Amino acid sequence: MHVATSPAFKENAHRALADAGLQKALARSGPSFIARRAAAVAALPEFEQLRDTARDIKNHTLANLDFYLEEYEAKLLAAGGKLHWCATADEARDTVLAICQAANARTVTKGKSMISEELGINDHLERNGITPIETDLGEYIIQLRHELPSHIIAPAFHLNKEDWETTFRKSHTDLPADRIFAERRDILTEARAKLRQRFLAADVGITGANFLIAETGSSVIVTNEGNGDLTQTLPRVHIVLASIEKCVPTLEDCTSLLRVLARSATGQEFSVYTTFSTGARRPGDLDGPDEYHVVLVDNGRSAMLGTDFQEMLRCIRCAACMNHCPVYGAVGGHAYGWVYPGPMGAVLTPSLIGIDQAGHLPNASTFCGKCESVCPVKIPLPNLMRHWREREFERHLTPAAMRYGLAFWGFFVRRPTLYRLATRAAAVTLGWFGRKRGRFRRLPLAGGWTAGRDMPAPEGDTFFARYAKAQRARKVG
Amino acid sequence: MSRETMLRAIRRGLRRGPLPPDQAAMLRGRLATHPRQLIPARSRLPHADQVALFVHRLEAEFGSVARVPDVEAVPGAVADYLAGQNLPTSLVMAPHPELRAIPWSSRPLLTIREGRAEATDLVSVQHAFAAIAETGTLMLPSAPERPTTLNLLADTEIVVLRASRLVGAYEEAWDLLRAELGNMPRNVMLVTGPSRSADIEQTLELGAHGPRQLHVVLIEDRL
Repeated sequence: MHVATSPAFKENAHRALADAGLQKALARSGPSFIARRAAAVAALPEFEQLRDTARDIKNHTLANLDFYLEEYEAKLLAAGGKLHWCATADEARDTVLAICQAANARTVTKGKSMISEELGINDHLERNGITPIETDLGEYIIQLRHELPSHIIAPAFHLNKEDWETTFRKSHTDLPADRIFAERRDILTEARAKLRQRFLAADVGITGANFLIAETGSSVIVTNEGNGDLTQTLPRVHIVLASIEKCVPTLEDCTSLLRVLARSATGQEFSVYTTFSTGARRPGDLDGPDEYHVVLVDNGRSAMLGTDFQEMLRCIRCAACMNHCPVYGAVGGHAYGWVYPGPMGAVLTPSLIGIDQAGHLPNASTFCGKCESVCPVKIPLPNLMRHWREREFERHLTPAAMRYGLAFWGFFVRRPTLYRLATRAAAVTLGWFGRKRGRFRRLPLAGGWTAGRDMPAPEGDTFFARYAKAQRARKVG
Repeated sequence: MSRETMLRAIRRGLRRGPLPPDQAAMLRGRLATHPRQLIPARSRLPHADQVALFVHRLEAEFGSVARVPDVEAVPGAVADYLAGQNLPTSLVMAPHPELRAIPWSSRPLLTIREGRAEATDLVSVQHAFAAIAETGTLMLPSAPERPTTLNLLADTEIVVLRASRLVGAYEEAWDLLRAELGNMPRNVMLVTGPSRSADIEQTLELGAHGPRQLHVVLIEDRL
């Protein structure tokens, strides 16, 4: 598993804000995601209703998850697939390794999979002498650069064209020095040629799954490049990594979710390749894998059921929340310090690695509510972040100054007369001190606030006092 | 194996034991009847308009379409397309009876090999099981007569589609698949245009790992 730098979110964020390359990438890509989703939504009048449908399907499945997983298992086994139930990350890693070793695998191609990142599959394979090769273009360059993805559907979100060229020149040692990378197209052509050889040589292909379908025992992947399909079609063994909440009942249910997935993610009406896999090569088939394994991973999900965070298990990983998040837009994905960034990461990460590790993430939000408003399965993300803040407070993980501050404020706010007197006194005093300039450059106990901006001086009265006055005036009038 | 551990943990979260038989039966009923959810109105059109919607959507996704009146016109349409794109005239074709029935000999310059695609194949010809007007999507289920590699390895994929196999929404295509193929095939690809990537600076480039071109020859057998 990747070591989380989430505890250092503040330092990460400062570094991100000062990173000119990252800021360039964020400024370029953020607005285009938002515009493309908006156009796709505008082109489908039923979109808002479909969000309700999508939410309801996921809720129904989660409420009956044990049943649907057992149905899924029965169908998968009947289709000649193998299912490996893995409660922990360790178990999942070892299961994947054992399948690869049984296949005498030397190289393994991989489709993009966030659960693979979560489990740290690549490191585990490498430590055991097996070479994993990421084939999604974005994942490929991230792997060459030994980085984590900075976005759940656009792993190389943080990179600029120059970064691609530098990385390829460094890693593709057979490249002639005079090879030109003037256009994005040149980069793509180079990657296509390199990875084509890898696809053909691989012994095992590992993909994720966007959905598992109980009705048919199928796993579903969604890509635009076709890399996932080459990964699962050419090698002798196909391994699917999927977490338990990916399950949906029927093809119809899956279809409804697909209608909101691509539109929310990239603003496409439908992804280029949506592929349903059900078992291994059938008699007479001219291609396809001889073995089909599904590694079904819990790794903390079942513990979210029956809690406030059960709603997070509806997530279909479209990334609309981070694409619309002003905090993600300012600091990018790496600042969040683990696998899942943005609002969905701020809710999910504490569940998976602990609030003591990831406590900063649910605090890194302005609660503007944009994430919830675009979520295709209507997860109340700000509300869930608030729940994490409450738990953090209950477990005494918030800093002492903040706790005392809140206790101090709480003392007054529970005594309305005293509260009004005190705020009145403060407003009058501050108003008097600030009467000349109309604002304060510095205030005791508020250095964090005034470091970035001036504090306007009160105009002498509190809101309560003015409101009461206005009410009286209205009655008289 | 953690099967029991995981199922127990899920039930603990849901605060119940295994589903009671009546509830399980109800859910089995839901799986068997697979009720449709909300289907967007855009594809509820007369068939000719569905064909037009399919063509419009696929072209918007950088696919191309040649509409031909009958099976006899397919070899000519394929040859013209290859000539127009400056592509070689050797093809790898799905061993599907409907494709075999096409009078390819009317264009003797086309050399055809039947089977799965290999890395060296430049042009493949695939058989479409169905197509979906809603988003300009082809449904390509795997079978001995419809190898999956034809959708992936060639630089150019040509798909032969009969207009009578074109439906409005995905749900209608699933029903066709259930009715005609019974069990779920090993692999069902829903393909909407040629391969692409936006991973470099979030800007779209065609021809990532799959076909750089997707061309549909549409036989208007319903007219």
